[in-house]
Amino acid sequence: MKYQSQGVAKLYFIAAIALFVTQILFGLIMGLQYVIGDFLFPTIPFNAARMVHTNTLIVWLIMAFMGAAYYLIPEEAETELHSPLLATIMFWVFLAAAGLTVVGYLVVPYATLAAVTGNEYFPTMGREFLEQPTITKIGIVIVVLAFLFNIGMTILKGRKTVINLIMLIGMVGLAVFFLFAFYVPDNLVLDKFFWWWTVHMWVEGVWELILGSILAFVLIKVTGVDREVIEKWLYIIIAMSLITGIIGMGHHYFWIGTPEYWQWWGSVFSALEPIPFFMMTVFAFNMVNQRRRNHPNKVATLWALGTAVMAFLGAGVWGFLHTLAPVNFYTHGSQITAAHGHMAFYGAYVMINLTIISYAMPLIRGRNAANPPKAQMLEMWAFWLMTVSMVFITLFLTGAGILQVYMQRMGENPESFMAVQDNISLFYWLREGAGLVFFIGLIVYVASFFVGHDEPEAAE
Amino acid sequence: MAQTFTKTMARNIFYGGTAFFFLLLIALTFDTLGTLPERDNRAALDSPVGSQIKRGKYLFETNDCIGCHTLLGEGAYFAPELGNVYVRFGNSKDAIIGFIKSRPANGIPGRRSMPQFGFSDEDLDALAEFLKYVSEINTAGWPPNIQG
Repeated sequence: MKYQSQGVAKLYFIAAIALFVTQILFGLIMGLQYVIGDFLFPTIPFNAARMVHTNTLIVWLIMAFMGAAYYLIPEEAETELHSPLLATIMFWVFLAAAGLTVVGYLVVPYATLAAVTGNEYFPTMGREFLEQPTITKIGIVIVVLAFLFNIGMTILKGRKTVINLIMLIGMVGLAVFFLFAFYVPDNLVLDKFFWWWTVHMWVEGVWELILGSILAFVLIKVTGVDREVIEKWLYIIIAMSLITGIIGMGHHYFWIGTPEYWQWWGSVFSALEPIPFFMMTVFAFNMVNQRRRNHPNKVATLWALGTAVMAFLGAGVWGFLHTLAPVNFYTHGSQITAAHGHMAFYGAYVMINLTIISYAMPLIRGRNAANPPKAQMLEMWAFWLMTVSMVFITLFLTGAGILQVYMQRMGENPESFMAVQDNISLFYWLREGAGLVFFIGLIVYVASFFVGHDEPEAAE
Repeated sequence: MAQTFTKTMARNIFYGGTAFFFLLLIALTFDTLGTLPERDNRAALDSPVGSQIKRGKYLFETNDCIGCHTLLGEGAYFAPELGNVYVRFGNSKDAIIGFIKSRPANGIPGRRSMPQFGFSDEDLDALAEFLKYVSEINTAGWPPNIQG
């Protein structure tokens, strides 16, 4: 760690991991509710568990993005962070807002939460992923604005690098597109149309800039490859992300009341969306092959390569699988969508955050370069357990989805939704099993922070 | 090998490409907004039942229906599609109201069940009007069949 203020990232990373554990616990609850329908009913109905599962995911990813920014921006800018105090205060505000919101989801019915938070005066609640009470959303805006001010000032006074610039653009984009969360018109088609301006523009737009800049930063560090080379790759990858991804939003506009021409725009451009992810894979492996040093933090390199591969599979391949309009006509809103969602989020955004945490945490905790071999070995076990089980979760959901689509939407005598759910329950059991393995992997991951730290650190 | 493809070129592709395609998105958005009045059933919102539809949408949101169901294919995949539930229930608001009303408070042993929300008759009618309004949006023929 070159600058004292980078240490503020530690808070963000620790909270991110804690929320990650919460997310997976509630994922397991939901998985069980898929096969034992009355599990925890009516104490924790499925929708409440799902809000916790998806909202903790979103919050911990953003928290880890912020931690990543607080870590890498001072180092890139070669100066201390503008205000570590502001970063610390905003961390606690963010954590309190997230914590209270999760408690609200769990202890009172959602309608009560809406009533006590005054949703009727400024209704924004009740849309998928954006379920937070309006007051929480306003809190998020304040936290993000303070964050942007903090990193913006740091970048202004320091060295301007491509990585910092792209990170800043990505974060500004995250803030700007979140504002659509406050627009909830009565007209459902308009509502859905602009809801995607937050959701799609985040995960298939500006978040890819954040992903790209973190990956580029870590690759410069662990491979020692010339910055010029890596920055050129970064520019071209994110260029392709936005060139394909912006109009690629059309794949959400096939069946929600929008005109049919979106079937062409959406199919053509989103069919190109795997390209930047494929380039990312080529990029990561090329840089590691051309490395000029053998960085002792082997597991950070593993996470970086894993991100590139899994993002390509989850976002690229599994996205393409159902993105063409004639296919999507049958698969829209099925378990195929769920399969893609799981591997894409894990492969792209979970793994990039675990990459930067893996790289930065040993340094923040006072190591020269890396954790002792024993801790790294344990973290590698976590990598494989989580990654392989996520592949299986995805495969089982894909199997469930194919059967669901066939029985419910294609066969001679289409069956009802609930009848089909019963028919495919075997796949849900298998998914739950894979989910348990994922959770074991996560426990191993957390354990790797505590094991073997009295031993000497790994050397080159 | 000579540097034929430079970092400056890559940067220009990023800025130029992003600007171009964002402007294209804006243009397509304006065009879409122009065509929506013929597709999105907005006339219903100005009809005598318009206020009920709006109330129904608000109830749909503040009870997190989307946390289990899909609506026009978007939402959770735990419970049936609701975009066409009005049609699936025989074009009957009463059937929808009867279903929501009759959910047992403690669920059904071993099975998924919708919670008992305890809606008033007025609220039930608003929800049913909302679902009827959604079923009349032009969704380019989706879902493939009545099962949603």
